[in-house]
Amino acid sequence: MTALARLATLFRRAPMFRDRSNAIATALLGIAIAYAGFRFVEWGIVNAIWSLPQEAGSQACRATRGQGACWAVIAERFRFIVCGAYPFDQQWRPACACLLFLVLYVASTIRTLWNWRLLALWIALPAAAVTLLRGGLFGISYVPSEFWGGLPLTFLLSTVGFAAAFPFAVALALGRRAELPAVKGVCIAYIELVRGIPLVTFLFMASVMFPLFVPQGVTIDKLLRAQIAIVLVIAAYVAEVLRGGLQAVPKAQYEAAASIGLSYWPSTMLIVLPQALRVSIPALVNTFIAFFKDTSLVIAIGLFDLLGAAKAVIVDAKWVGFGVEVYLFTALVYFVFCYGVSQYSRTLEISKTL
Amino acid sequence: MAVVVGFIAAIAFQAAANLRARGIASGFDFLDRTAGFEIARGPIDFSSRDTYARALFVGSINTFRVSLLGIALATALGVVLGVARLSSVWVIAAIAKGYLEVMRNTPLLLQLLFWYSLWQTLPAPPDALTPLPGVFLCFRGLFVPSPVWQTDYPWISIERPALAGFGFQGGASVSPEFAALLAGLTMYTAALIGEIVRGGILAVDKGQSEAAAALGLSRIRILRHVVLPQALRIIIPPTASQFLNLVKNSTLAVAIGYPDLISITNTTLNQTGQAIEAIGLAMAVYLAVSVSLSLAMNAYNAAILRRGERTT
Repeated sequence: MTALARLATLFRRAPMFRDRSNAIATALLGIAIAYAGFRFVEWGIVNAIWSLPQEAGSQACRATRGQGACWAVIAERFRFIVCGAYPFDQQWRPACACLLFLVLYVASTIRTLWNWRLLALWIALPAAAVTLLRGGLFGISYVPSEFWGGLPLTFLLSTVGFAAAFPFAVALALGRRAELPAVKGVCIAYIELVRGIPLVTFLFMASVMFPLFVPQGVTIDKLLRAQIAIVLVIAAYVAEVLRGGLQAVPKAQYEAAASIGLSYWPSTMLIVLPQALRVSIPALVNTFIAFFKDTSLVIAIGLFDLLGAAKAVIVDAKWVGFGVEVYLFTALVYFVFCYGVSQYSRTLEISKTL
Repeated sequence: MAVVVGFIAAIAFQAAANLRARGIASGFDFLDRTAGFEIARGPIDFSSRDTYARALFVGSINTFRVSLLGIALATALGVVLGVARLSSVWVIAAIAKGYLEVMRNTPLLLQLLFWYSLWQTLPAPPDALTPLPGVFLCFRGLFVPSPVWQTDYPWISIERPALAGFGFQGGASVSPEFAALLAGLTMYTAALIGEIVRGGILAVDKGQSEAAAALGLSRIRILRHVVLPQALRIIIPPTASQFLNLVKNSTLAVAIGYPDLISITNTTLNQTGQAIEAIGLAMAVYLAVSVSLSLAMNAYNAAILRRGERTT
């Protein structure tokens, strides 16, 4: 068989040319996609401005508006988008904090660590990251939380939110199945109430209502208040996920635990919960992605996470109107992370050995 | 139980003391006071001389307007996407898959800000795009001709928008904030509904569509008369929760300046200081919407199940 014939066979077997309707659709849509792709490459690469000379204004970019993208805004403001308003000479600290979080996420995929070690990591690494950002210890300078921003803040809010919500969520999920009507009622009311109210409302509560509920003179910083609100909300959603996991544990497991004389707590802690948690892992990963994205709502109360920092870039008079470029870049960062995690979650769902 | 009650009582006591110390009034008297701020033009007239109560009402209407439109559009687009994902045409299925991944893996708030920024790159009013005669598209919004009722013959006339000052006067308009919010909510929710529709269709036994094909029904008719009615039972409960999510997500309006209930609540509490009452009202509205929507969906779901039982 000649190379050409082999190529033709390959072509005919490709999914887009399986049969006549496929071939026609591929041809028609292919032209449209090729045209859109061509226009995008023309805008985003060929006519794009990648950098501007130092101290130059953005006139060059404004002149090519509509014809070419202005990636110079990313080049110039990259450090701000990633690290926020953190002191410039200290930005190795947010960078290391991001690295710590990434180590945590990678470690979470290693199954031999799926025991108390993972729990220890989820406490130790976020704590280390916060210490690094905060400073005031080991000779590194103290940086107040209003200067924290960018990617480490996004990692921080979602990871600490998830870790701190977890014990609370376990309690809520178990409470929902409790036999005491009062406990059961409170847990159901909490879960349903929190899930019925938008997250933004909770953030506003944390921002403006919380100071009314603590004694005068006591101030808790805004970031911590937002973090507490996020923890309280995540707990309700994770509790629902765990409820599904608890329901998936066969009744025989409870009965077997009871038959060897285990009372409620030992049987829950040793028999039921470990199985329920394993079943819930894919759903937990999906919840984590959802809140990784949703922590961006802290913009509404004036915190600068990754998206908040990006939004702040285009407030600057020099870069007003370049939102499309800035948001495309930010979207890419979110997409790479969330897509990666969701693909991992897919492999978990498919594998039967959970 | 005693601990919880005691804790709540302590907090309430503290809050009352704090409110007194700061000279913040409590109660709902503020609702009758003059708001003093403007709200962008909407279906209900509002001026800065109107009361807070009216402002919050306008905000609720704006929330309902964008939510209901979003739900209708997202359902329609979602069904199309769900069917497209299962298309035997590879390119169509691939496009639907790619769309889903982009929507699902970026924050909705980012998508809203992106659509809003994209709209801002449109030309200024004097150079507005005119895709159709009388229709103007510029960074201030979309302006279209609208019917105007008259007292004499021919009772109805068409009012065309005309360039005036910094924008257009007359006709009907869609603000960039509304358009960006609606586009973002619709496109995001449609992707998620598409996945639910796809799951529902896949859950229908293959024998059903094969039997229908054996009877000689066309592919479209099989989908319309055999597969979708059965899939609907699986599709409705998760779709209902997507509708609820859409209503809750409409609060992201606050980031792009669309005057929804939350953004007006925010202005109100900043001006009056009465955070507890204002947030309490907003929460009550969202809870009421959530509860009534889920009751309605449960009733519809029950009706579908009953109909299914009758026919089988």
